[in-house]
Amino acid sequence: MRLEARGRNNAVTDTKSDIPSVVERTRPLKADAPIVGAHFFANTAVLVLGDEALLLVPRQGEARRLAVHGGAILSSSADAERIITGGDDGKVIASGPDGTSTTIATDAKRRWIDHVAAGPGGAVGWSAGKQAFVRTAKKGSGGEERMLELPSTAGGLAFAPKGLRLAIARYNGLSLWFPNAQSEPEKLEWKGSHLGVTWSPDGKFAVTSMQEPVLHGWRVADGKDMRMSGYGARVRSLDWSAGGKWLATSGSSQLILWPFQGKDGPMGKQPRILAPAEAQADVVACHPRQEVVAVGYADGLVLLVRIDDGAEVLAHKGGGAPITALAWSAAGGLLAFGTEDGEAGVIDLG
Amino acid sequence: MSDKVPVTVLTGYLGAGKTTLLNRILSEPHGQKYAVIVNEFGEIGIDNDLVVGADEEVFEMNNGCICCTVRGDLVRIIDGLMRRKGKFDAIIVETTGLADPAPVAQTFFMDENVGRKAKLDAVVTVADAKWLQERLKDAPEAKNQIAFADVILLNKTDLVKPDELGEVEARIRGINPYARVHKTERCQIALPEVLGRNAFDLDRILEIEPEFLDDGHGHHHDHDHHHDHDHHHEHDHHHHGGGLKHYHDEEMQSLSLRTDRPLDADKFFPWVQDLVQKEGPSILRCKGILSFKDDPDRFVFQGVHMILDGDHQRPWKDGETRESRIVFIGRKLPEEKIREGFAGCVA
Repeated sequence: MRLEARGRNNAVTDTKSDIPSVVERTRPLKADAPIVGAHFFANTAVLVLGDEALLLVPRQGEARRLAVHGGAILSSSADAERIITGGDDGKVIASGPDGTSTTIATDAKRRWIDHVAAGPGGAVGWSAGKQAFVRTAKKGSGGEERMLELPSTAGGLAFAPKGLRLAIARYNGLSLWFPNAQSEPEKLEWKGSHLGVTWSPDGKFAVTSMQEPVLHGWRVADGKDMRMSGYGARVRSLDWSAGGKWLATSGSSQLILWPFQGKDGPMGKQPRILAPAEAQADVVACHPRQEVVAVGYADGLVLLVRIDDGAEVLAHKGGGAPITALAWSAAGGLLAFGTEDGEAGVIDLG
Repeated sequence: MSDKVPVTVLTGYLGAGKTTLLNRILSEPHGQKYAVIVNEFGEIGIDNDLVVGADEEVFEMNNGCICCTVRGDLVRIIDGLMRRKGKFDAIIVETTGLADPAPVAQTFFMDENVGRKAKLDAVVTVADAKWLQERLKDAPEAKNQIAFADVILLNKTDLVKPDELGEVEARIRGINPYARVHKTERCQIALPEVLGRNAFDLDRILEIEPEFLDDGHGHHHDHDHHHDHDHHHEHDHHHHGGGLKHYHDEEMQSLSLRTDRPLDADKFFPWVQDLVQKEGPSILRCKGILSFKDDPDRFVFQGVHMILDGDHQRPWKDGETRESRIVFIGRKLPEEKIREGFAGCVA
């Protein structure tokens, strides 16, 4: 219901001008397409461009554009050795640090590859409409492709941290699929449309973001439900803090952190709320080693926020296009960001 | 925001000519590039660079309202298309013949990401002049599509006699007197009549008078010239318009209310919100221009089932008649209850 009279904006006046800044450590970049994802190969930042290409940005030296798809890149996922991308050209492609790209699969009907996930030991998961696929890891003679029919379109994919098990978000819940087993996937049901999924690093919890501005979680062992609500907008970005104690989330004009320290997860607990800003937080990325979260807002602001005391460091000033991607290097010394209009940067904190 | 991509929704019962219209839109030399979203199991060949297959997955929202449904596939597809922003100018969504237009429209109001990047331009319904009357009897989807439309192409007029055509036209008017109706053969129509309509733009809710057919002179006229925005004819929907026969559809009706006495905002908003909460499933669309007591601005609103969207539009002009008008199109509307409720909102 959006029928309202005027006078609805209670602007936060804090412009974040008086906090420590690392802005001057930024290597600015400009891409000719929206940035839709960011990853790292060691110290080389990889920006995923909406139009078909990757932009490889080494810590020193020239950035390199790598055209990988014949159309828009719809999703990306990475591990240390490769970046998996899915395109509207129906292809699933793996790209390595040396700039080589390998086609993992081509959809027979050239459907959009809506989601991809990099799996353990080189496995790859992807989905096109109501079908999910896994190409198992290569062992000598090459992996095999497995397919699962879903009751509705996959909204998101995530491999469990242990074993070869893929969680698939869909309408009315999650399907947990062991691609190497013959058995039917396990189902965790909750009414509504689930559009993204993440596992806690210990594999005990699976959390989905929904069409409504709420998160839904399950304790995987017993299917116990947990509901995390109070957001102003759909939650589009989720990430686990180093050690997995906190789930950092977008969807509000603050950073919302749900505590996952106990065996019941966040049940009966309040989230920690940090870094209030004028615009909505759109992207979150947790530092790989410290309890620090990079938060990207809809006005271009990027803040580094320490979970313990809420201390903030300015990483990119607001007043521009929405932040659409954030990523830390594995060692945590570099932070890459990108915006909807193609502005990007790599911040060297080392 | 003007940089939102306009989206035209093309509906119509099976065989009415949706694909003919779509191909006409795509093939004319307008210099525009369209992204076309079609049903994956559609029958047809479409000649366009950017065609996306949709699943027509209709999802209920978890807000306790059974009529708050969205097209989950559109949420996904529009998000994906926006990665090619700048590569196309507009989006056309072709639904299947059995589709209800409401979830498509509601997607633009309920999903903030879709709503931020794209805007609904109009619902265009293609109707088969020969078979529409039969379909209105046996297919609730066909009636929904007529009731929901901003623009109706009464197509295949060459296959019916003039009196049959008049009959089917009157049937359409009995359901939806507010849509623009164009009589066509093989969907021949000037494209500005179906594209760029801004039918869901609050700023364009200037004229909510019933549209009676007035263009005996074909469809090559300037499409705005007979819009006299300042006229104040009483177009009561019970009388004959332009000598046409009038039908009152027993199931689907429109209800038009007006008052020249200022409304009390503190009464009107609770009333209309409560009305759509309770009657949302039967109200397909509503629109209104409102004059509130002690408020120098015109307030405009529109709604689809339970979803309402409204804002102050502009100050009332000097000499402009300050009156409030609202219209509802819906199924078995509780007319007396709505009339009484609206009357109770007078300040």
